[in-house]
Amino acid sequence: MRVVSLFDYKVTDLHELLHKKELTVTDLVDESYKRIAQVEDKVQAFLTLDEERARQTAKSQDEKLGAGQPTGLLFGMPIGVKDNIVTKGLRTTCASKILENFDPIYDATVVQKLQQSETVTIGKVNMDEFAMGSSNENSHYQKTRNPWNLERVPGGSSGGSAASVAAGEVLFSLGSDTGGSIRMPASYCGVVGMKPTYGRVSRFGLVAFASSLDQIGPITRTVEDNAYLLQAISGLDPMDSTSANVDVPNFAASLTGDIKGLKIAVPKEYLGEGVTEAVRKSVMDALKVLEGLGAVWEEVSLPHSKYALATYYLLSSSEASANLSRFDGVRYGYRTNDAESLIELYKKTRAEGFGDEVKRRIMLGTFALSSGYYDAYYKKAQQVRTLIKNDFENIFEKYDVIVGPTTPTPAFKIGEKMDDPLTMYINDILTIPVNLAGVPGISVPCGFEAGLPLGLQIIGKHFDEATIYRVAHAYEQATDFHKLKPEL
Amino acid sequence: MSRISNDQVKHVANLARLAISEEEVERFTKQLDAIITFAEQLNELDTENVKPTYHVLDMKNVLREDIPQKGLPREEVLKNAPAHQEGQIKVPSILGE
Repeated sequence: MRVVSLFDYKVTDLHELLHKKELTVTDLVDESYKRIAQVEDKVQAFLTLDEERARQTAKSQDEKLGAGQPTGLLFGMPIGVKDNIVTKGLRTTCASKILENFDPIYDATVVQKLQQSETVTIGKVNMDEFAMGSSNENSHYQKTRNPWNLERVPGGSSGGSAASVAAGEVLFSLGSDTGGSIRMPASYCGVVGMKPTYGRVSRFGLVAFASSLDQIGPITRTVEDNAYLLQAISGLDPMDSTSANVDVPNFAASLTGDIKGLKIAVPKEYLGEGVTEAVRKSVMDALKVLEGLGAVWEEVSLPHSKYALATYYLLSSSEASANLSRFDGVRYGYRTNDAESLIELYKKTRAEGFGDEVKRRIMLGTFALSSGYYDAYYKKAQQVRTLIKNDFENIFEKYDVIVGPTTPTPAFKIGEKMDDPLTMYINDILTIPVNLAGVPGISVPCGFEAGLPLGLQIIGKHFDEATIYRVAHAYEQATDFHKLKPEL
Repeated sequence: MSRISNDQVKHVANLARLAISEEEVERFTKQLDAIITFAEQLNELDTENVKPTYHVLDMKNVLREDIPQKGLPREEVLKNAPAHQEGQIKVPSILGE
């Protein structure tokens, strides 16, 4: 592959170049802002740039390098951070009008961990408002475009995170995934996106959408870089009581290329109705590759898959309606100019500050939790969630991973699905069950349909990201899809 | 048969503290009705003896030592408040005339 961007190198290569003094952190940061200047008017991935601070950091890091000090692997690596992760002194909007001037007074735990790893934050990237959406069309500020085809969506909600990596504007990024929001845009943009096990990564400082489903995770060009970035942000956090007290293994150590005897389950529900022929073929081809490497696969059934979408929308909207009640125009964020009483202040602030999709979900959630409907909708959905979780547990008694497509189709056209919320929700049908069960899942590039990337989803057991990485890496090394880049 | 009425949408909007126009009432009623109708497929499943999953990990009562710590500095907290006065966040009067 012809190297045309520094970000075509892997983390380990860049790290070596830095220490051989063939490269400086300033070069890496320059690469980011140069590329942003070139392509950002087309891609529109960034909501806020942090150029001055990034350049200062680069300068002091280069002094450290010059003095011959040892550094961690991620030292100096340019990163984009999704705009629902709070960054002290750096505007954090959740792509919502209601937080247009919000200047956080603390850093999310993952941001503190990035600082300890000494990555360089390039800026905050676009998303669907409060992470509700599958296309980035629900951003109050701008529509991010798919670098492979500017008339297509990048996917969502972490569309800016995936598009900025695919476009070579940053080396890697952080996204968040509540129902597919990392894996789906990674699939649409031809990059690698991991949703870790629920509880693997602290949610402290992630603006909550659905607290029982949300997880932060890395988006990268390669599986190896993904493993390094997840390593840096994982672990128990006293500030998040739902973060798990579970050892974090050395993920990179699992990238052995050896998957002999690995048992793969392929749910028939994931290759059924709505999945395009090209998507189905890309998955079958991938299974041949994995078979060639010594894995065995069998068709299985996750019988409750078809109920996942309804379950998800009831639960995530219910949780969202409670979480988003904090945006009331009192302590921070937008406030209406036109209120005589406190109640009116709440109502007008929220009506003026939230977009349509957010309002729709708040209302759906409020309805599902309201007196007289709670048992029929909310509790019912929690019970079906148990059945969906049990489906996964049954499969994982006999198999190491589950493999299928990440999305039923490649990226759709901007504007195509805006009028009907239900059609928009269908895009998440293969990723949502993973969040409901709390298990980890990755999307890796596995082909193209009409010039648009497709993603292979690999799902693992609770806290077994290591096996997912092992399979994803072995597959990636045996294929060339990850080496292809969009022409911009 | 529609499952959601305009009045229900108005009631829910009030509970959610969202001001809502007549045009929005019409639109949201239609859309929420479609979503709720779709969600009713869950009734195909018998869940009578199924325990609800509130949390996917087997965790409960995560405890820690109760050690007092300093709160955030007042100036910092007020920095994002839309209106404040004498170190307090300001809102419209909550008492009637």
